[in-house]
Amino acid sequence: MPKTIPVPDAVDKPFWDAVNEKRLLLQHCAECDKLQYPIKATCGHCDTKDPLGWKEVEGKGHILETLVVHDTRVVRLKGDVPFNVAIVSLDEDPSINFLANLPGTPVNEAPQGAAVEAVYEELEPGVFIHDWKVVE
Amino acid sequence: MTSSAGGFPRYAEGMGLWEHRGKVAVVGYGYSAIDRRWDGVSMDRTLGAFQIAAMQNAIEDAGLTAADIDGFMCSEAMAGDTWAQEDRGDPRPYFDPPYDSEDGLSLTSADWLIAGMAREGTPLSNLQWIDRNELAIGQETGKAAQAVGDGMANVLLMTYNMGNVPGRYKLEEGAYSEGARKWSAPWGWMTSAMMQHAFVFMQYCTKYGGSHDDLAPFVLNQRRNGLLTPWGYYAQHEPYQITLEDYLTQRYICWPNGLLDSDRPVNHAFAMIFTTAERAKDMKQKPIYVLSHVQASHPTKTTMATLEDHEAWTDSLARRLYEGAGARPEDLDIFNPYDGFATFTQSYLEGFQWHGVKRGEAFDFYAGDIRVEGPHPFNSSGGNLGCGRTRTAMYTDSIEQLRGTAGDRQVTVRAETAAMGQVTPGGNGHIFLSVHPQI
Repeated sequence: MPKTIPVPDAVDKPFWDAVNEKRLLLQHCAECDKLQYPIKATCGHCDTKDPLGWKEVEGKGHILETLVVHDTRVVRLKGDVPFNVAIVSLDEDPSINFLANLPGTPVNEAPQGAAVEAVYEELEPGVFIHDWKVVE
Repeated sequence: MTSSAGGFPRYAEGMGLWEHRGKVAVVGYGYSAIDRRWDGVSMDRTLGAFQIAAMQNAIEDAGLTAADIDGFMCSEAMAGDTWAQEDRGDPRPYFDPPYDSEDGLSLTSADWLIAGMAREGTPLSNLQWIDRNELAIGQETGKAAQAVGDGMANVLLMTYNMGNVPGRYKLEEGAYSEGARKWSAPWGWMTSAMMQHAFVFMQYCTKYGGSHDDLAPFVLNQRRNGLLTPWGYYAQHEPYQITLEDYLTQRYICWPNGLLDSDRPVNHAFAMIFTTAERAKDMKQKPIYVLSHVQASHPTKTTMATLEDHEAWTDSLARRLYEGAGARPEDLDIFNPYDGFATFTQSYLEGFQWHGVKRGEAFDFYAGDIRVEGPHPFNSSGGNLGCGRTRTAMYTDSIEQLRGTAGDRQVTVRAETAAMGQVTPGGNGHIFLSVHPQI
C-alpha cells in the first residue's frame, strides 16, 4: 500500500527517527508514569508541565477489531481497496492502541484477538513507517 | 458585540439542577428548503440564502418581527467543503456581492447573515449581543439557552447550517501527511467519525452479541420517519422507503459501516428562537421550556477511543442531563439522539436508558416496535439518516412533538418532554425540553 508519508515535527521527530531505525519509541510521562501514543506536545493523562520523556517498547500487541475499507477519501490509497484497518492494542500497555493494515492478511480473514508484531515499511529511501502483522 | 454565556459549557459531574431550569423557553423555529448540493448557479438556493430564509421563518413562527431580536448566535465554522477553486481543483468563480467570497457559499459569518437579513427586508436592528462561535448545534443550543438564562439576551435568534457544494465530499489528496493526520491517514483512517464508531460498534457486537445487520430495523425506521418529515431530504428528493434487502445488500464504505448507515451531506439551514419564560407567556407559540443542557468533550488519549470509553462518556452525559432537569429516564418522552452514523446511536439509547433499554439491549429494542405510532417511537425525527445531514431534524421534530404539530409523525405516547443532541459520544451537547417549567 502506498501509505502517505508522515512529516515529522519538532515534537515527534524522536519517534520517527526511531521508526527509521525500526524501533518503537513512545512518550513517557515521569509525573503519572503513563505511556503516550500518538505523540503530542503535552501529557494527555495529567497536568504536568514537564517535557515528556521517551521509552522504547517491544513491538508486540493484539488485534482488538479489524475494519475493512472499501472506499476511501485518501486518494493515494484508492487503488488498494479493499484493505484492512485493524486497531491493535500494545501488550506492554493495552490502553495504547495503533492502526494497522496487517500486511499479509487477506481482508475479511483477520483473526480477532490475534497476536501481532510491529513491522516497518520503507516509504522513501531511509524513511520508514510502522505497521503490524499477524504473528504466524 | 461578542460575548460568552457564563455557565457554558456544562461539563462537570454533580452540578445539580440547572440554575435556569424552566426559566428559558423555545418559542420559534424555522428551516430552509433542502438540496443535496448547491448547484453553483441558483443564487436563491445558496447556503446563505437558505439560512436567511430559515431565520425569517423562525421569526414568523414565533410571531415576532426582526426588530424584536436582541441576541444573535451563529456558528461561523465551515459547513462542509469549501467552494474555493484552490481547494477543489475545479474552475470556480466567485460572484457579485454578497457572493464574492466563501462567505455565504460554504460558511456564513455573523456579519454576512446580519447584512443579509437587512438586505432581504428583515433587519436585525436591535441586536445587543452577538455570539460568533464555531460550535455544532448540539453545543450551540445549550449555549443559546444559557445566554438567555444569564441575561445576555432577551430574545435570542440562534442559527445553524450544514452545507454541500459540488464534488466529492472531503477528499484528501497528496503524498504526505502532517499534523494529526500523520497518525491516521497512512493506514487509511479517514477524517470522519465513521471508522472510530465502526470500531466501537464491532467491540459492542463482540461484547454483547449481534452483528451489523441488527441495525437494519433502526435504519429502515429512520428512513420511514424521514419520509414522514415533509421538508426532509428524502421526502423532498428521493421519496421511497428502503427495504431490508436494500440494507443487507448495501455497498460498504468501511466494514461494518455501509452507505445506508451513513448520513448524506446536504445544503440546508435552521434557526431557533429562545427567550425568557416570562416573555414567552404571551407569545404566539406555546412555550417549550429548557430544563437542562450539558456538553461533553473527551479528547482521545490514544489512537482510538474504545467501547469502554464511549459507554462511560454517554453514561455521564445522560446522568448530567437528567440531573440538571430534575428528571429520570422514565420522564423522557421524546428522544432524538444523533445518528450521523447508525453505528453509534445505541450508545446514547442505552446511556439514557430510554424506555428502560440497558447496555447491550439496543438490538432487541430495535427489533421491536419503534415506529412513531407504536409504544417506543425512538428517534421520531428520522434524524440525519432520514432527513439528510442537517443535524437539525432532531430539533424540529422535538419541538413539533411537544407542540403536537408533528403531523403524520406525531407519536401516540405522551409527548411532554424531549431530549436531543449531537454530535458523537466523544464531543457533543444535549438539551432537555419540556412543555412544563419543571418535571
